[in-house]
Amino acid sequence: MSTRHFRVWRGDDEGGQLTDYQVEVNEGEVVLDIIHRLQATQAPDLAVRWNCKAGKCGSCSAEINGKPRLLCMTRMSTFTSEETVTVTPLRNFPITRDLVTDVSYNYEKARAMPAFEPPADLEPGEYRMQQVDVERSQEFRKCIECFLCQNVCHVTRDHEENKAAFSGPRLFIRAAELDMHPLDARTDRKDFAQHDQGIGYCNITKCCTEVCPEHIKITDNAIIPMKERVVDRKYDPLVWLGRKIFRRDQLTG
Amino acid sequence: MTEIQRHSFDVLVIGAGGAGLRAAIEARTAGQKTAIISKSLFGKAHTVMAEGGAAAAMGNVNSRDNWQVHFRDTMRGGKFLNHYRMAELHAKEAPDRIWELETYGALFDRTKDGKISQRNFGGHEYPRLAHVGDRTGLEMIRTLQQKIVSLQQDDKRESGSFESKLKIFHETTILELLVNRGRIAGAFGYVRETGEFVLFEAPAVVLATGGIGKSFKVTSNSWEYTGDGHALALRAGASLVNMEFVQFHPTGMVWPPSVKGILVTESVRGDGGVLTNSEGKRFMFDYIPDVFKNQYATTEAEGDRWYTDPDNNKRPPELLPRDEVARAINSEVKAGRGSPHGGVFLDVSSRMKAEEIIKRLPSMHHQFKELADVDITAEPMEVGPTCHYVMGGIEVDPDTQESRVSGLFAAGEVSGGMHGSNRLGGNSLSDLLVFGKRAGEHAARYAAGLENRPEPEEAEVAKLSEYATGLLSDQAVEGAENPYTLQSDLQQVMNDLVGIIRRAGELEEALKKLAELRKRAETVRAVGGRAYNPGWHLAMDLRNMFIVSECVAMAALERSESRGGHTREDNPGMDPNWRKVNLICSIGESGVALKRQPLPEMPVELMSLFDRGELSKYLTEGELEEFDAAVAAADTGKDGDKS
Repeated sequence: MSTRHFRVWRGDDEGGQLTDYQVEVNEGEVVLDIIHRLQATQAPDLAVRWNCKAGKCGSCSAEINGKPRLLCMTRMSTFTSEETVTVTPLRNFPITRDLVTDVSYNYEKARAMPAFEPPADLEPGEYRMQQVDVERSQEFRKCIECFLCQNVCHVTRDHEENKAAFSGPRLFIRAAELDMHPLDARTDRKDFAQHDQGIGYCNITKCCTEVCPEHIKITDNAIIPMKERVVDRKYDPLVWLGRKIFRRDQLTG
Repeated sequence: MTEIQRHSFDVLVIGAGGAGLRAAIEARTAGQKTAIISKSLFGKAHTVMAEGGAAAAMGNVNSRDNWQVHFRDTMRGGKFLNHYRMAELHAKEAPDRIWELETYGALFDRTKDGKISQRNFGGHEYPRLAHVGDRTGLEMIRTLQQKIVSLQQDDKRESGSFESKLKIFHETTILELLVNRGRIAGAFGYVRETGEFVLFEAPAVVLATGGIGKSFKVTSNSWEYTGDGHALALRAGASLVNMEFVQFHPTGMVWPPSVKGILVTESVRGDGGVLTNSEGKRFMFDYIPDVFKNQYATTEAEGDRWYTDPDNNKRPPELLPRDEVARAINSEVKAGRGSPHGGVFLDVSSRMKAEEIIKRLPSMHHQFKELADVDITAEPMEVGPTCHYVMGGIEVDPDTQESRVSGLFAAGEVSGGMHGSNRLGGNSLSDLLVFGKRAGEHAARYAAGLENRPEPEEAEVAKLSEYATGLLSDQAVEGAENPYTLQSDLQQVMNDLVGIIRRAGELEEALKKLAELRKRAETVRAVGGRAYNPGWHLAMDLRNMFIVSECVAMAALERSESRGGHTREDNPGMDPNWRKVNLICSIGESGVALKRQPLPEMPVELMSLFDRGELSKYLTEGELEEFDAAVAAADTGKDGDKS
């Protein structure tokens, strides 16, 4: 056991400040444990979102020493014993209180995204897909919606005004997931990504991939292929012709 | 008094995990204006923690599987205390509920011929769990979440508003159900973000709030699991059945201390993982109980052969139902043969190649690496029992999921009966789909059929808002109890005295201590403002935790036998006479009251799915005689038809 220096942002949408705490830390603990100890001993009304405490629900996203992280998956042993640990709310979303932010932007973008469209000719129980084909989409379905990628993306992090036209990495992998779904009946996922989601704003700096706690290759496996195909489809007359002749899955298979 | 938001719906679903979302989909599809109340953000519910899979006898991997086999396994797992009708409906309807998820966009792992793959799990005779690696719960919650969004998109196209028929109230907690002359009239709660009170008028409520694990110290459950639905139902006049049955999952993490209790999926064992003690012995072979003697391998060689040739070998005892494995681990540790941090070893590293482990158990690999510095592809895990699931719950009609209170329905973990004394792994995800759908359907039907709707009583609403406001103060109050301390003391009592192994004396002491804690709780005060104040929220959750804990302890004291998730060291055997008894908790004039009630009798056609030798291990002599007579009568009847 040792005593460590924490600085935690306290406040609401009208303003706030970093507050200093000296707090006990035990072997094997994560930052969320320390936040809980602060609640139980020094700051009972300290607001923080959390649920599973096992890196599976994506609730406890915050910035630790300026880096977007899950509080429950950041071990105290990653800091030196002299280091001050500074915990601040996600910067890209409006503050609700303390470490809690208003993440409704993400839900609004999700609601704007056309849903999976089941194939018209198959009844429940008749779906047949190969493992190798579902795996591409499964990678994106690992997403725990922690919104760290949405938080770090500089298209909106530094430009609030881009939010209206830009859905962000979380929704790009959703678009890619549906595009690669072997049985999704829609064929306009790429058009949607370009015209409605603003995938063109992304200039592939991979910040999103770097912060993803599920290690989803957001840029390489979702954004770049979606961008390429958008370009292919838009400008390559042969591809356009191919699409008219072949089924989509034969073409991209 | 602060202003109260008011809303009106046909069906109010409280809880946004698998059961709640499935119920809401059904109620909205039936045309009823539906609201979902979620204690957390949409899509964060505890269902995401489910790892192994959803059990459904689709027969994709072994074509011998069918609903009868699943029904048998479920009854065996529950030690025949299950409500037979729920187990029957569950086994019959689970495959359709899983296939339906594919039409919502779910992507399960596949077999070679492109069907949904199914994996082995404890207590299931055949590979039966539809899964996605070891993150099946996440796939289910996301699929249901996205289906709900798609319904909202349909509504938007029709009515111009996403929320015209299906609205989600996230980070909102219900404090009390409002009842008018025995009928549901609505619910009262608060918005966590602002602390604002909210009144929902609704004639039908579906409770889908999950479990009670947060009343125990070592648990796999999240902060939300404070028994809200159980307590809301009790206070509304409904009853709880068999609350003594609490499942301790055999394999939770034991180190480091801060992650103690976090789940290690049963798939580790289903895929070949073995349990060993400090002497390197696979000890489960010493713990096969009589009732399961014929179904499990008695040698390591046979157990190992089963993984590749299940038709000609018996399964290894690592795959016994959870209650058996948890007790065995507990005994090994107690006998001094535990691991350094007080668990036992669970090893896959010597059983599978590293890349196979990472592919089949990705989140376990990740979890141990990140939280415990353990590489499960190279070394064993240390595991021990953790409070995981409550089999007991709201007593409901098995077909409609309606409780004793008109208009109050329940589905998923919060409802009781389906799993008897012990739930099989994988039966929870299928349970919440099957009964979530049924609850939504019947709640919608009930709401649509009402001629007049009960109205919430304003006096009751005023009382509730006064109660909640009274728990909060701007500044620390001299002598007031701290909600965090109370919760921690409660968890210690439940862990120490109402835990995995129970004794009458300790249960009596637990009841005494619970009474003391309740007394202390009268002066609990949360400090701070109304907006997103977790201390205040906890202070309000506490009274639910207390009442439910009292039910658990009372029922555990009353049932003087050991069965499934209830082990009495002072009454170690299973008693066939107790099998005929359900323990029912309700609130009487002087607090929690407990009574015995006969278990519904299983019809002879379902009973006949078991051989008589097996039945004789569970039933009384009298019941066996009745069974024999019924079988004989049925045979005579058949002969008569033929002649």
